[in-house]
Amino acid sequence: MSIPNTIAGAARALRDGSVTAVDLLESVLERAHLTEAQLHAYLNIDRDGARAAAEAADADLAAGNDRGPLHGIPIALKDNMCTRGLETTAASQILAGYVPPYDATVVTSLREAGAVIVGKTNLDEFAMGSSTENSAYGPSFNPWDITRVPGGSSGGSAAAVAAGSAFGALGSDTGGSIRQPASLTGTVGVKPTYGTVSRYGLIAFASSLDQIGPITRTVEDAALLLQAIWGHDPKDATSYPGPYPDPAASLGAGVDGLRIGVVTELAGEGYEPAVESAVADMVAKLQEEGATVVEVSLPSFEIALSAYYLIAPAEASSNLARFDGVRYGLRVDGETTEEMMARTRGQGFGPEVIRRVLLGTYALSAGYYDAFYGQAQRVRAAIRADVARVFGEVDVLVSPTSPTVAFSAGARVDDPLAMYLSDICTIPSNLSGDPAMSVPIGLDEQGLPIGFQVMAPSLGEETMFRVAAEVERLAGFDARPEIPVVAG
Amino acid sequence: MSWEAVIGIETHVELSTRSKMFCGCVVDFGAAPNTNVCPVCLGLPGALPVPNRKAIEGIIAIGLALNCEITERSVFHRKNYFYADLPKNYQISQYDVPVCHDGHLDVEVDGQTRRVGIERAHMEEDTGKSTHVGDGGRIDAASATLLDFNRSGVPLVEVVSRPDIRSAAEARVYAQELRAIVAELGVSDARLEEGSIRFDANVSIRPEGSEELGTKVEIKNMNSFRSLERAIEFEIARQIAAVEAGEELVQETRHWDEEAGETLSMRTKEGSSDYRYFADPDLVPLVVPADWVEEIRSTLPELPEQRRKRYAGLGLDPKSAEILSASSPVIRGLFDDALDAGAPAPAAFNWLTGEVTAWMRRTESEPSNLTGVRVAALIELVDTGVVSATAAKEVLEGVLAGEGEPRAVAEARDLVQVSDRGELAGAVEEVLAANSDAVERYRGGEEKVIGFLVGQVMRQTGGKADPKLVNELIRESLAGNG
Ligand SMILES: [Zn+2]
Repeated sequence: MSIPNTIAGAARALRDGSVTAVDLLESVLERAHLTEAQLHAYLNIDRDGARAAAEAADADLAAGNDRGPLHGIPIALKDNMCTRGLETTAASQILAGYVPPYDATVVTSLREAGAVIVGKTNLDEFAMGSSTENSAYGPSFNPWDITRVPGGSSGGSAAAVAAGSAFGALGSDTGGSIRQPASLTGTVGVKPTYGTVSRYGLIAFASSLDQIGPITRTVEDAALLLQAIWGHDPKDATSYPGPYPDPAASLGAGVDGLRIGVVTELAGEGYEPAVESAVADMVAKLQEEGATVVEVSLPSFEIALSAYYLIAPAEASSNLARFDGVRYGLRVDGETTEEMMARTRGQGFGPEVIRRVLLGTYALSAGYYDAFYGQAQRVRAAIRADVARVFGEVDVLVSPTSPTVAFSAGARVDDPLAMYLSDICTIPSNLSGDPAMSVPIGLDEQGLPIGFQVMAPSLGEETMFRVAAEVERLAGFDARPEIPVVAG
Repeated sequence: MSWEAVIGIETHVELSTRSKMFCGCVVDFGAAPNTNVCPVCLGLPGALPVPNRKAIEGIIAIGLALNCEITERSVFHRKNYFYADLPKNYQISQYDVPVCHDGHLDVEVDGQTRRVGIERAHMEEDTGKSTHVGDGGRIDAASATLLDFNRSGVPLVEVVSRPDIRSAAEARVYAQELRAIVAELGVSDARLEEGSIRFDANVSIRPEGSEELGTKVEIKNMNSFRSLERAIEFEIARQIAAVEAGEELVQETRHWDEEAGETLSMRTKEGSSDYRYFADPDLVPLVVPADWVEEIRSTLPELPEQRRKRYAGLGLDPKSAEILSASSPVIRGLFDDALDAGAPAPAAFNWLTGEVTAWMRRTESEPSNLTGVRVAALIELVDTGVVSATAAKEVLEGVLAGEGEPRAVAEARDLVQVSDRGELAGAVEEVLAANSDAVERYRGGEEKVIGFLVGQVMRQTGGKADPKLVNELIRESLAGNG
């Protein structure tokens, strides 16, 4: 029996009877068994729940109740998505032991699609970070080099998919938290158009920027997983009512006749030469395939990072206020209610979370609001206008996903600004609400993956996936990481 | 120096929608603690708010009744502060773009109409309820705090008046009128005792004629209209005394102590609290299209002020118009129906707010056997002398008891007056003949003796004679024989 390594392949094998959902799950659990000690991709593997779900999926399929392409497929969830009856911590001490009484809408969707939920993956605490080192439960490591970070904040999800301990995973992307780890782990990561995937049950970091999306090994798999989780949700007031594009409709259609914009601002100082040359090579190949390539300038991208680091912390300072020790999670007693709340938050939050909550509180304060939060909102409006103008001229924008390949564990821990720069290419799409995705295009001389970002206008997923699929085909990237197996 | 009070009222109205403002939980205050709760109103991680359309209809109705402009795109903001009964540690409220703004409410005080500006009415959610137990229930000495989140997320409308009110009496009338409007709209239980409508007052004083605003003091905890009026009266006097004694007033919140009859300082405001308001990113702007507003406007009931004007136009004096306007919908409905059936307004008013209202109170039941047509018929029986005013009360009892039409009741109960001249003339002659003393005294100028004679005729006829007609016949008879 050979186990396929893509969702699409596994779906075919399930239906031709060459594998069962239980086989798929066991292969994933075996990979986790061999790699978790090195990677720490998961915070919690739900072996019993997953086995029951896999058995049910097999029985269902045998009974002729085919739930579609995700039926029986083992999927991992970033641990900031609420799962009924299964501990959900957002990698924070303040939620240690917290078991939600309800499923996030994406979790309900996955269950209805017959997917098998393997477990909950590691992340930077409350999704704040770019390396998964800000987890209260210890960092995750990169399957391509276990001395390096997998990116973040969805680093656990990306590492699990890269290592084969899940067929696909869900991440959340507030400033690049799906795409940057996908880039650093050689996987495909998609941040869909804001509002297309319900945020109900996603533990909020920055509500106006957060978006759930898939991390997979192929572009086609990403389309399949996205189709299973998106759609209008009446429980999320910001949910897009429809109609929805079909991300799989133009896979394989090539790029002939498409106009591709290369963003001038996303290159130069701070970008590793290997990354820049790999991206340039890919742009040249796309041109050879018939795409029209133009250089486009989006001056507002230069100040996107500053605006992001005011808007996201401001929203976070309010979103995280509910973690006060009163109703759930950690409680550190005090003489008064105020003291109890202060001690709980002081001990329950890690340093990066505290840094951002303080920054955000300050940005919203009377007397500072207009200069900080107000100004950041004006920058955001300028980015939207800039992007809308450019999308009048080109079909998609392309850039590196990350200025660098995976960096060494610990290298940026003490330098928040260097860490923040990891997201320079990905943040603009969160501010504009537009979709963007990362596709692996090769390895640098150290054997570390390089990601290529495709950005499209809102609801432009069909064209975005069309370009991404062509990038994937032209790159011919099929390398798999070799993870040293530690004895014991 | 002569001082002028400047008063503004903030009113919180709890809407009586079936479900809460941002989740599907049932609104039911009688329920056991923490039984009407869900991830949204408990502020669980990941939960998101979705606005309740019925609540929006409620605030639009209130806004229209207060002559406000309705904002086409209003915005929900987060008001951030830490408090144990506030599950998210922010309240979803509105800030610079409320649903309703720039309205007014006319109130009648001492026969004068005063217009009180309405700055805004905005939508927000209520908090949970804290109960401090142990050591006398004071928060600083409590051994434990119990939290009930059944109220968390109940829709609240906050109506903010402009500081246009100048006396405690005006403040009371404004509050009463606002309560009457909200009750009439049916959007809230509007019960002060249960806190479903709550009034806070902002009070300051300034020298008469000054345009500047003095130091503002907020008073809370008034549980009746009377305590609202007393609290403001006390506060005005306190401020004047303080200023005249050379003291500096502080901007603060004071608590009304009903028993002591005074306001007490709660805590000094350090400047104004910084709530770090910002637009709630979990919600989109609230869009209220003009046709929705018009649809709601078309279903608004007649409001107290409009009703008072209409009643006055029908011939009721202002006091009666006010009493009737404040009467129950059953009484008002019967009044309108009686007038449609031809009854004169004052008589219909007297019967309905007098006898019928008394009967309802006495029997604690609805006058289901009474109709406007029957009220009109009853009045006509009296006016045409068919029954006496006294007998009419008995007729009404019969009608209310389900004995049928007024005339049928009068006949069945043998209450119809004898008003046939011929029939009565005999009785009159007999009485005059039998009471020659009295007749003599009358002729001697003792007018009031006639009452005695009328009484005798009434007695003779078993009380069924029309006393007016008897009086007339006696006078005629005595004049003719003179
Ligand atoms: Zn609820």
